[in-house]
Amino acid sequence: MKKIFLVLLFLNLNILNVFSVEPDVFVQSTVNRASEILTKNISKEDKINNLKEIAKETVDIEGVGFYSLGSARKSLNNEQKIKYLKLFEDYFLKSFSSRLSEYTNPEIDVLSKKVLSENYTIVNSVLKETAERPEVKIDWRIYTKNKDNPLIRDLIIEGLSLARTQKEEFASILSSNDGNINSLFQSLEKFSSN
Amino acid sequence: MKKISLILITTFLLAFNANAGSDGELNLREQPKKVKDCFEGINRATFAFNQSLDKAIIKPLAEGYRNLPDPIQKGTHNFVTNLSSLVTIPNNVLQGDIKLAVINTARLVVNSTVGILGTIDVANGMGFPKYEKEDYGQTLATWGFGPGCYVVLPVLGPSTLRDTTGSFMNILGGDPYYNASMHGNNEFLNENVYMATKAVEGIDFRSNNIESFDNLEVNSIDFYASVKSLYLQDRENKINNIRKGNIEIFYKNEEDWEEIDKN
Repeated sequence: MKKIFLVLLFLNLNILNVFSVEPDVFVQSTVNRASEILTKNISKEDKINNLKEIAKETVDIEGVGFYSLGSARKSLNNEQKIKYLKLFEDYFLKSFSSRLSEYTNPEIDVLSKKVLSENYTIVNSVLKETAERPEVKIDWRIYTKNKDNPLIRDLIIEGLSLARTQKEEFASILSSNDGNINSLFQSLEKFSSN
Repeated sequence: MKKISLILITTFLLAFNANAGSDGELNLREQPKKVKDCFEGINRATFAFNQSLDKAIIKPLAEGYRNLPDPIQKGTHNFVTNLSSLVTIPNNVLQGDIKLAVINTARLVVNSTVGILGTIDVANGMGFPKYEKEDYGQTLATWGFGPGCYVVLPVLGPSTLRDTTGSFMNILGGDPYYNASMHGNNEFLNENVYMATKAVEGIDFRSNNIESFDNLEVNSIDFYASVKSLYLQDRENKINNIRKGNIEIFYKNEEDWEEIDKN
């Protein structure tokens, strides 16, 4: 009985190991998928739609959304939270895919990783130099709470955090409108519908 | 008289910065305090003015500059970068980085001579370490001065009271190129040459960032706030010398990220 238990335990550990995804492998695989889409001979609209699908699978949109809201998230009721997350997802996917779709044939090499905590690993990579642009350093903040399903929470391009920029942008809108969350909702809606 | 006024303004700005940015505590290596946008109304108006100026004059010039042959663009970029060493070197010294000051002096000598007035970055090919600009704003920060309020300057763009003070240092004797142009008794340099060099430096920078700015503007819901955030992040990184390997400082503050997992 003990032996069976040990075998089962061993198998279980192995299965866990098989499904655990290393953050650097996850990033390389994600950029390869994005790169494949960007080099395909398809319309820009199709590229954007495909990139949105990748983002839905690989980015912790809800986590980024709450981070971007800053301390204002604490004062939202459940109904507002649901509305915000829906608006944020639409805004994020449009903004993210639109930014990426400008790149053609991006070659990204994953160089190293640094475990910050149980929940976060930073993966360092570089976007290779081309005739039009110099080499660009990109760090990826990977949320590793669920080892089987790591998720992107931030991109830090040459030391500039996209999530932090977004957070400060949202804070600015809230502060200009006396903290009224509806003003942020309107801005997000306006961006997504344009 | 003009110089006395500038010194008085600089002293005032410095005194103001020390308190405004630090709330009385000057700990540079701690997590940076939030920079206040004390003059937001004026800043937004100046930002709008700068955007109009950019669309009407600067961006078209930058696009035209891009049509110049690559070697000319590269040579111009190298030339203005090499000139910036004249400000970087004294700041390396003021920040106590004597070794880097020596390296940058050697780089300046090699590039200004073998590299034909800095138009060719010979030092880079010789294996010199990657050049990082330093300015008086960064030096003031390493001395413990807080950033003070965020300001948008006409034409020059985003800054802080501390960085603006730092810029004043250039015209108070801190920039040898400015001194030689304005006060030097020579036939090659004068005020117009100095202003033209600064204009070319600005156009060179703008031409390297046309797509980035366009992309940022299109994908921002508050472009002013995005530019402010990126400027302040970039200054923090430069002050903390992130690109020289102090990356652990960058990822030190995890509170915001950890907090959302508790909700």
